[in-house]
Amino acid sequence: MILHICQWIEATTSSQALAGSIWTYPVIESLHTIGVAAFLGLLLVWDLRLLGALFTRVPVTEVWARLIPWITVGAVFMIATGVALFWAKPVYSWGHIFFRIKIAALALALANAAAFHVGIERRVVDWDLAPTPPPAARVAGVISIALWAVIVVAGRLIGYNWFPQLV
Amino acid sequence: MLHVLQWLEATYASMMDSSWAASLHLSVWLFALTEAAHLVALAVVGCAVLIVDLRILGWGLTRQPVAQVAREVRPWLIGSLAGMAATGFVMFASYAASKYYIHEAFRTKMWLLAAALVVTFTVRQWIVTGDDTRARHPLAKLVAVVSVLLWTSVALMGRAGLGYDLY
Repeated sequence: MILHICQWIEATTSSQALAGSIWTYPVIESLHTIGVAAFLGLLLVWDLRLLGALFTRVPVTEVWARLIPWITVGAVFMIATGVALFWAKPVYSWGHIFFRIKIAALALALANAAAFHVGIERRVVDWDLAPTPPPAARVAGVISIALWAVIVVAGRLIGYNWFPQLV
Repeated sequence: MLHVLQWLEATYASMMDSSWAASLHLSVWLFALTEAAHLVALAVVGCAVLIVDLRILGWGLTRQPVAQVAREVRPWLIGSLAGMAATGFVMFASYAASKYYIHEAFRTKMWLLAAALVVTFTVRQWIVTGDDTRARHPLAKLVAVVSVLLWTSVALMGRAGLGYDLY
């Protein structure tokens, strides 16, 4: 099923143009890499605040409110460039073990963010000013940082074709 | 200079040729994982640089003085730059003389890196250690823009150094 979708994408003119481009593909790849610094960098500020490791005297909700517009723009940018990279090599990507690891880690990162949102964040007024947030918030921060590290490492390894293709 | 690099490359190669290293395919994995770690450190550099430059430009954590924002992320800036240098050195040693030394993009990256470090630790350092009147000056905003552009171009040249012809 997924393989068929990937094969369909690969047959499109846009996919073939992207994969065969001399400059467009590497430029998108570079932009995706720059996005790591911008998007993940600011997400890291947030995660470190949750850990009580950075900006401990700034209210948690204030860090969130001031950073979320940038993080949102960065996320849209990362998704757009990421989808374009996938669009150029869908079958290769789907067959790559580290692509699947990356997608799984992304899903877990989203689940972690959702769990935080419906869990400890509901009582944020109680710990908004706390230099060190409660354990549940710190756990969410640690899990987020760990998963994003996996996502970055796996993302880089997709670029290497040493691994046996799964499809 | 070239002799030093050839020695460095030969030393690295002889370490990788030892039987235990070869049995683990160490050279291949070491390079790939070092490169991935270099990217993870890039996210931390992005965090430590961007949050301060955004603040100088009047975005992000605007209710905190510039000096406070800069002071809090300083250990992360120094730590991430040290991590970049350490992982970068391992990659450099693996290819030193034969590839990077003659590679135009790598040389450009090193000059841009030198410029970024000089700007960061001289004029930008002066701005972020004073009170906010310094940061409100239009020239301070120019320095913040230059800082972002320089660090971005360092990262772009790093990607270019991998070779846009590899794909």
